[in-house]
Amino acid sequence: MHDMSSIMTDSATIGVVISLIMYGFGVWLRDKTRIDAFNPLLISIVSVIAFLELFRVDYSEFEKSGKYLSYLLTPATVALAIPLYKQLNLLKKHFAAILIGVMSGVLTSMGSVLLLAMLFGLDHKSYVTLLPKSITTSIGMGISQQYGGCVSITAAVIIITGIVGNMIAVVWCRLLRIKSPIARGLAVGTASHAIGTAKAMAMGEVEGAMSSLAIVVSGLLTVILASFFVMLY
Amino acid sequence: MKYLKQLSIILSASCAGELLKHFLPLPVPASIYGLVLMLVLLITKAVKIEQVDVIGTVLVEIMPVMFIPAGVGLMTALGTLEHMMIPVLVITIGVTFLVMAVTGKMTDLVITLQEAGSKKTRKDILKEAGIKSDIRKESRANARGGAGKCMI
Repeated sequence: MHDMSSIMTDSATIGVVISLIMYGFGVWLRDKTRIDAFNPLLISIVSVIAFLELFRVDYSEFEKSGKYLSYLLTPATVALAIPLYKQLNLLKKHFAAILIGVMSGVLTSMGSVLLLAMLFGLDHKSYVTLLPKSITTSIGMGISQQYGGCVSITAAVIIITGIVGNMIAVVWCRLLRIKSPIARGLAVGTASHAIGTAKAMAMGEVEGAMSSLAIVVSGLLTVILASFFVMLY
Repeated sequence: MKYLKQLSIILSASCAGELLKHFLPLPVPASIYGLVLMLVLLITKAVKIEQVDVIGTVLVEIMPVMFIPAGVGLMTALGTLEHMMIPVLVITIGVTFLVMAVTGKMTDLVITLQEAGSKKTRKDILKEAGIKSDIRKESRANARGGAGKCMI
């Protein structure tokens, strides 16, 4: 009667609180060890999965309260307009660089998925599933669905992409000697959408704004170009 | 009432985004319609930045934790992923490194070319580069200290 599953389904907040505690643990671990790979988001996801496995709780039971954490995702995405607006002058000044930079990233993303899919001999369905991997979950899942991909795997791949981008952003940009904060922000946003943007926000105000801009621009460019790319393989 | 008003404006823009999505069924999600709409409202000054700033900043700051439920949802997709785990991981991780590199380097290149093209003296460019390297140091410091603040 009092097993973990029934507690989970009876509470409207427990999933949220467990997630927040695990995120707090992730932040603590990263700050304690100073290792960038200990990404709080990754740590919290792995810890929550481990917790659910340990107490034999189904994902659906966790999601019953956990989903409220995602309730504000649309308003939060809308609120990304605020850092964007604050950087409007920068946006106007570097319009060409932004468009060319993001376009090159979008073409690289879909082009290399195409090449690697051919190389690994994936079928068309798997190729379409992976094609929108670099863009924000909601647009990517839409594209996957529209062209007959497997939507749940697309979501998983997009999230993994985001976490990888979030983890590597600081070190990879430094290693590559990407000079301008504008370029760093666009790079992180184009490669790893909103999850990467969370790290770009921490890298600096310009990086954060450019990264949010890149989510929008790369998402829209991918919508347009995907119709062409799905015909190629 | 100040914060309630801010929240109401942001939620209204989100809702308007959802309505747009309903009537313009492109594969563009409601949140992106909402983002573009909010940006237009701010640019046209129909909404002033002070009217959304506080709640907006809070929402952006707590955004990372909103991805936890979707991430935990990975545990249900693991079974289907198993038979193509290796190609999927190689593509997912490899392409992320590649896209970040190409976008960053390409943008850097265009900015450098533009700056060389505009009639700046060498001194100006150096000066700007100097400022940029300061920003870089600063943002590195932010990345260390600022990241911790994402926790609620």
